[in-house]
Amino acid sequence: MKQEVLTITENRPLTDAMMELKLSGDVSAVTQPGQFVNLKLDGFYLRRPISVCDCRQDELTLLYKVVGQGTRALREMKQGETLDVLLGLGNGYDLSVSGDAPLLLGGGAGVPPMYWLCRELIAAGHSCTVILGFNTASEIFYEREFLDLGAKVIITTADGSRGVPGFVTGPMADLCYSHFYVCGPEPMLRAVYRASRTSGQFSFEERMGCGFGACMGCSCKTVTGYKRICRDGPVLRKEEILWDR
Amino acid sequence: MGPLSVNLCGIELDNPVIPASGTFGFGYEFAELYDINCLGTFSFKGTTREPRFGNPTPRIAEAPSGMLNSVGLQNPGVDAVISRELPRLKTCFSKPVMANVSGFSVEEYVDVCAALDPQPQIGWLEVNISCPNVHGEGMSFGTDPNAAAEVTRAVKAVTTKPVIVKLSPNVTDIVSIARACEDAGADGLSLINTLLSMRIDLRTRRPILANTTGGLSGPAVFPLAVRMVYQVAKAVCIPVVGLGGVSSAENVIEMMLAGATAVQVGAANLVNPFACRDIISDLPRVMEEYGIKELNEIIGGASEWEKM
Repeated sequence: MKQEVLTITENRPLTDAMMELKLSGDVSAVTQPGQFVNLKLDGFYLRRPISVCDCRQDELTLLYKVVGQGTRALREMKQGETLDVLLGLGNGYDLSVSGDAPLLLGGGAGVPPMYWLCRELIAAGHSCTVILGFNTASEIFYEREFLDLGAKVIITTADGSRGVPGFVTGPMADLCYSHFYVCGPEPMLRAVYRASRTSGQFSFEERMGCGFGACMGCSCKTVTGYKRICRDGPVLRKEEILWDR
Repeated sequence: MGPLSVNLCGIELDNPVIPASGTFGFGYEFAELYDINCLGTFSFKGTTREPRFGNPTPRIAEAPSGMLNSVGLQNPGVDAVISRELPRLKTCFSKPVMANVSGFSVEEYVDVCAALDPQPQIGWLEVNISCPNVHGEGMSFGTDPNAAAEVTRAVKAVTTKPVIVKLSPNVTDIVSIARACEDAGADGLSLINTLLSMRIDLRTRRPILANTTGGLSGPAVFPLAVRMVYQVAKAVCIPVVGLGGVSSAENVIEMMLAGATAVQVGAANLVNPFACRDIISDLPRVMEEYGIKELNEIIGGASEWEKM
């Protein structure tokens, strides 16, 4: 973990609620897709944990959903302004166990961490299928971006307004895959857990105090003992998850 | 003795800055970020007799200039603290550490303190009496002078280490609790623990914390903490450790002027993991700004005018 001051190079809407934030500076502490960063915003006491969507030399891309006062304030920030960021938090996804044909599933605000993961898996020569789940057509984002990476992309919408009607577990049932990675709301994670036929990795969300393992604010019970979502997670392996947490 | 050093219950601290229990784990997360030997000491995670998972999540909520927590004393239990955490701590911290002890009965406090007493790494036992007493209809030990005194007396009987009783602010008259602990043999007092609080989510119309209520900490509570430290320090003869919302070197000096011999820093560590290191490095400059040569000299300075 490192603390850095990063400069906003872009902060633009993708949909009504999703924003794309690009930050420049020393982002070398971010080492693994599936990690997150913790942003300090003026006027708010606790930092805001946000998953890493992409990370390249000196540039970090974060997608965030405007849901409360903090993210509303973040939306108002302009190019050239700076943010105090704790970087390189959490374990991230293990790419070494993906197999040749990994399946990536993202739901709503859980889509962003799939992007860098997909880019890295494709760069490593794997053939990625991505299922992106949304509530409705107007909430879809990053479809083009995933296609440009060379992934096979399947869109689902809960109201059937675009792509496959229903949830990500629908198309999942008809696919062959070597391993899966999933991030999304907990009901989706539970559904994917039940529908899955291979090993997989789940990214969890929880209200956090510090984001680096000090406060025990985001603890959960697992098969292998108590874990902190922020430090021992946010990625847990399928076989260690206890849903009745 | 340097200009920053203070003496807490017979043990000299290089400086008065002490990360508060529950915000610093057992030190290792922070030892990866900076050399934690720069601290006066730190108070480790509240330890109970048995391992505890704590409360369900969400355990954290935000407040204006602060936060609520209902972690519920998650800790590995005293045996694991002795066999696993203390040996690991030895590799990154060479000073005496403050052991924070919790319990849900007098017997539990006694058992934990007795187990920790022989540990040479431990300098002080900080006894958190804010927990509910399972034999007292759930009432916290810290809200009743008799219960607070009973715990203090029982713990003092099983240890030779200095006992610092950590007081709850959720009382009408904190001075009467402080005096009861002093009379029962406490070597020092630390205050304040968090303030019982609550937030409600407007979307779900339910409490944000799974436990409904939690403890408020952070800068929001600082003025209240200063007031309580001031009142208690004037009323007792034993050293007082001040805490509650301390986030800067200026806050440390204010707490010491109120009567604190040493100062703990809690929530600030969670927002800025380098908070304690930064406060310690800022202290000489801020002391110079306010004409302070030695921190020792300012303890309780704010009550001097009352004696005139």
